[in-house]
Order: sequence, then C-alpha cells, then structure tokens
Amino acid sequence: MSDLHPVFEALDAAFEAVVFEDSLGQVVARVPNDEWKKFALEIREAGFEVCVDVTAVDWMRQRPERFEIVANFLSMEHQLRLRMTTTTGREDPSVDSLCPLWPGANFAEREAFDMFGIRFDGHPDLTRILMPDDWEGHPLRKDFGVGSVPVQFKESHKVN
Amino acid sequence: MTDDRTAEKSSETPETVDLWVAGTEEPQFSPTDEGSQEITSDDTVAKLDEEFGRVVDDDYVFDDDIAEDERMIVNMGPQHPSTHGVLRLQIELEGEIIRRSKPIIGYLHTGMEKTAEQLTFSQGGTNVTRMDYLAPLHNELGYSLAVERLLGIEVPPRAEAMRVLLTELNRVSSHLVALATNGMDVGAISMMLYGFRERESILAFFEKTTGLRMNHNFIRPGGLAADLPPGWKDDVAAILEDIPARLAQYDDLLKDNPIWTSRTQGVGVISAEEAIAYAITGPPLRAAGVKWDLRKAFPYSGIEKYEFDVPVGTRGDVYDRYRVRVDEIHESLKIVEQVMDSMPKGDYRVDDRKVTPPPRARIDESMEALIHHFKLFTEGFKVPPGETYVAVESPRGELGFYLVSDGESKPYRMHTRAPSFVNLQALPIAMADSLMADTVATVASMDPVMGDVDR
Amino acid sequence: MFPATFGLACCAIEMMATGAGHYDLARFGMEVFRASPRQADLMIVAGRVSQKMAPVLRQVYDQMPDPKWVVSMGACASSGGMFNNYALVQGVDQIVPVDIYVPGCPPGPQSLMHGILTLHDKIMSGEIVR
Repeated sequence: MSDLHPVFEALDAAFEAVVFEDSLGQVVARVPNDEWKKFALEIREAGFEVCVDVTAVDWMRQRPERFEIVANFLSMEHQLRLRMTTTTGREDPSVDSLCPLWPGANFAEREAFDMFGIRFDGHPDLTRILMPDDWEGHPLRKDFGVGSVPVQFKESHKVN
Repeated sequence: MTDDRTAEKSSETPETVDLWVAGTEEPQFSPTDEGSQEITSDDTVAKLDEEFGRVVDDDYVFDDDIAEDERMIVNMGPQHPSTHGVLRLQIELEGEIIRRSKPIIGYLHTGMEKTAEQLTFSQGGTNVTRMDYLAPLHNELGYSLAVERLLGIEVPPRAEAMRVLLTELNRVSSHLVALATNGMDVGAISMMLYGFRERESILAFFEKTTGLRMNHNFIRPGGLAADLPPGWKDDVAAILEDIPARLAQYDDLLKDNPIWTSRTQGVGVISAEEAIAYAITGPPLRAAGVKWDLRKAFPYSGIEKYEFDVPVGTRGDVYDRYRVRVDEIHESLKIVEQVMDSMPKGDYRVDDRKVTPPPRARIDESMEALIHHFKLFTEGFKVPPGETYVAVESPRGELGFYLVSDGESKPYRMHTRAPSFVNLQALPIAMADSLMADTVATVASMDPVMGDVDR
Repeated sequence: MFPATFGLACCAIEMMATGAGHYDLARFGMEVFRASPRQADLMIVAGRVSQKMAPVLRQVYDQMPDPKWVVSMGACASSGGMFNNYALVQGVDQIVPVDIYVPGCPPGPQSLMHGILTLHDKIMSGEIVR
C-alpha cells in the first residue's frame, strides 16, 4: 500500500508476514496466528493504547480457515484506527489472548469464547459470560440454529 | 440470633459479651467498653445483610473464611432495586470493605447478533435499536453508517443534520435518565421524578417525529424514515427553553449539596491510565481527565459543522462523572440550537432507488417504483461484500458496529462493540477497597445499560 | 397493590416513566414499588426474559406471598417479541401464570396503566380469583 500513515509503514516494514490492506478506507492488518501476540506488542509500542474490541467471524466453508478473529485498536495519540485479523481452523480453534497487554480485552474475549468456542491462551478467566454456565454449544457459529420456535399463523420460517 | 443482639445491647460489662461468644464458631462481635451501640462495627453489617434477606440463601452465597480474615461473599443478585437492570455483582467483603468483586452478566442476553443475521439490512435497525434502549437513535445511527459505508453511499445534508438533531436530543434524554437513576441510587429520590419529567418533553417530540417514544427505528440506511413534522422548530425551541432552567434547579439541588458531594467525591475513582488500559470510553473516560470524544476525533454525520465543547473532569470519581454528564447536556443543547437554526433544505434520504423505498405517491404511478418497493421490502437490498467498523459516540461511550457482508441482503456477521459491556470490566477496579455502601453509587455512575451489555 | 420491580429491559424504562411525575401511578395507590418480593403482590415482568434469567424469575415469583398477580408487560415478555431465537424464553407464561398481557414495544405508560387498572377491575369484580 502506498499511502499508509508512517506508523503503519514502520509496522509493515518490521513484519513481512503481516499484510496491510485497505478495506473501504480503513487499514486492516492480516496477521498469521502465531505472530498475533508479537504484532500486538509492537502496535502497543507504536502508540495504540486502546484495544477497542475483539471478536470473531465464522466463515464456515467459505474460507480455508474457519474462524477469523478480529481485533480493533485505537490510537488516541495519532488519532488512528487499526484492525487486526487472524485465522484459526475448525479443530481446536485458538489464539493468544491480548489480556496481558490490554486488560480491556477481557470481556470481549470471553464473549468470543462463549459465542464461538475459540480458546484464548493466557486469558485469566475464560468462562461463559453471556450464556448460562451449563449451556452446550456456541450460539454464533453458523451450524448452531437460530432456535426459533414455530409461531402459529406463520407459514414460512425464512423468506430466502 | 436475637440472643446475642440483646446480649450486645445490654449495658452490662464486657464480661457478659465475652462469655456468650466464647466457644461458638460464628464470627465474633468485638467486645468494646461501651457494650451496646455496636451497629456500625465491622461484621455487623454483613450479618444484618444476611438477616434482612439481602443475601439469597442458595448456592450463590457461601461463607468463606480465608485464614485470619473474615471475608464474606455477598451476592447483589440480578433482581435488585437499583434500577440498572439485571446486573449481578459478586462482592467479597472484608467487614465493610470490598476486596474483590466480579460482575456477572448475561441475564438479558437476547441473541441480537444472531438475529441480525436473519434480518435484512433495512430491518436491522429494529433489532439494533433495542440494544442500548436509552439511546436507541445512536444504535441506529451507528448501524446505518456502517451499512452506508459498505454500500458506498452518502446521505444528503438534510438527513445528516436531522440525524445530528435527533441523536443529540437523545443524548440529553439519556443523560437525564443517568442523572435520575444516579440521584435515586445515592438517595436524592426527587431527582428521579425530575429527570423523567424533563424526558417527557423530549419523548413527546420524538413521538411526534418518529411515531414512538422509544426504540424508534427511524434512522435507516440511506437516510431517515420520514421528514420532520411541520412545526418542529417550535417544539425544539420549547425544549431548549425548558431544560436549561430545570438543569439549574438540579444544580441547586445537587452540585454543592454536602450530602451529595460527600457521597460522590472520591468514590469509585478510575484514573486516566486505568481507563485507557480498560478501554473505557464516554463520560467515565472524560471524567478521568482524558479529552477524547469521537465526535471531535473521527467526526461523522456532519457534526464537525457545529461548535461544541468536550467537558472533562479531573479526579475520575462519581462526582466528576455527574458533572461531565450535566455539562454534556448543555453542550448537546448548544448543538441542537445550531442545527435548528441551520437545518438545510432538501431530501431526507438518499435518492438511490435501489436502497430507499420510493415515495408512496409514486408507487401508484410507476411500475418501476412498485417493483423497487416490492423487492426492497421482501428481499432487501444487496450489499457488496466487505467489512467495516464504524463507531459513534453514544451517551455511554464508543458504540461501534463491525459489519461483514458477503453480498447477500442480510449481514453475514454483525458485531456491536457495546460501551457498557466494556466499561463494566472496570467496575472491580472502581470498587476495589471502597465501602459496600459506595457500590450503588459507583455502578450508577458507570451508567451501564444491560441491553447494551448483554445484547 | 404493591408492585415488585422486575424491570429487565426497555419496558422497565417505560415502567419507571409510568411511576414518575407525568403519568403518575401513585394516584392508583401503586406508588410504592417494593424491592423485596416478600412484600409485593404484583409482579410486572417488564422486558425480555433470557434463558439465564428464567430461574431467577421463577424464584422471585415463588418468594411472593399469596395472593399474587402477574402482569406481562411488552411484547417480549408476552410472547418473545421480535426475538424468536435461542436466547429468550418465548413468553413469560411458560414460567409463571400471567393475568394481564400488555402489548407494545414498549407499551406506552397509558397502555401499562390501562393494563393495571384492568387488573384492578378484574380483581374487584371477582373475575380473577387467586
């Protein structure tokens, strides 16, 4: 990418495995799974003090790796946003936790675990947060049904 | 239980108290010279909690004697009179001081992110608006901005101005509820009545404009659902006249009130470093001294045209958050006045027929309009594949929408970065080593909306 | 009649607005919203009941002494509302017996008051016997 902010230029130069893309005007860094924490540490040094959000997307069969983990960062100093994504597979999905670096990622990672079943290595308390503790299954996965109850007078469930 | 109470209250010598408590396993009342009047001693409050049934007697609570310390885990259960919805706090008390606490959420989880995948992009507003139900227009605005970013369309200036008008009024009404509940939780019950009284005039305006008092589904991708009603300027002018005067009344009630200040100053302190590390945004961040507002940093919907200030506090305690909210109401009213004076004329929604429905009259005339209308409301408009993250400054903080589309008419994934969810993580920090009685004030000042937290 | 607050979501705000100054619920003798279910006889379920909350709801209902009534306020409490999914109980009448359903999303204060006053009438006329 040619017109990256100097902060991103420096990061791009330091990590060859990380690909910087432009998504509708926003900068996204595609990071390999094993460099997740290293890259995160770098961007924290570069001035991204706030970890805004950590979430995941279940791509099911559309992509080779099933889950995509997305983390959004904000730099108040440079007034920049950065989105970082990595992927993890269908068997035992896991990624390093960002909690040791940003305590604010705590609840967000717990939610990603609860909803998708992705394990965050190094998280202080990886338990279900939104669903009841004894719930089985991970609701936001694509193979978990909506769970809708048939309603009288409704002929069709979905208009597709 | 009554026995040791009478033994305590008797004005006998300490010997009697000693003799009674010797040999039992219950936590002891520390004997003093005075004998009676030990209601405020350390363990008594925890005991009283148990007596009065504030502790639900089931497997949520257990006495945990940790070495020499007398710690007790108290559960402020999901149903409690503090009007913040269903938040459950597990607090480990040592006497009356909180050592550890843990918010347990999920009691209002509605599966909105899953529901969003079943609804089309234009129906998504109905779903999203019920997340933060005190500021529904902000939810809709964030969602609509994300969809518009994916579509690559821009709304006309009148739509932008209308959006600013509605969201700033919504900010005022949301902060009024925050003040009302904050006041009521700390004890100023009349604040509750005052806050809701002011809100009625704003809600009446919303009802006139959008049709509903709450959960409007008015800001939609492509613009808004309808234009402002005739005579809206008079309504807004009436609101602008009323509220500052009433706010002055509340200042009289609260601002220098010694009871209020002693209960809120120095309570629930979150420093600026802690706030940034825990990704807190909104009034709690600004009260800690960090001047960060998304309306200034990453402006959206034409808000950079209006002049307003970002109020900042110094200490990061409950009092500062209250002051920041009151000042933000004043700033929002300033913005509303500027919008009212400078509302541009024009369309209230984008002209692209593939996105916004045609006007009702045209449906009778043109076959094409009919087909557009039909396709839009049955199948929905298709959004090109992509992903985006858009954030707006809601009254609670940074409300972000991460929207992924794969080319269909329904989102592939919608994730909401809820400010209350993230702000709640810092509750243990704010409550650490403070008194049990300050819990309510601290929670009220963080202003969590459980619909936002649990989605 | 003493209502026990069971305000969960958006309907709770409208319930608070009903009790506040503009639409005053105190005129009908219902000002005191009891915090403890043991002192209440009306439970207004205001808001969506999630699977995690359902046992708590039942427990609070059980803690209320007889005679007790339940008003299901809003679409989500009455039938699951617009959220027909895994996370919500589709209608609070799956858990507790409901006397009055107040529809709306959220029902305005006037609707809620109409519902409560209907309940008063029904009790006084003997239609509902507890």
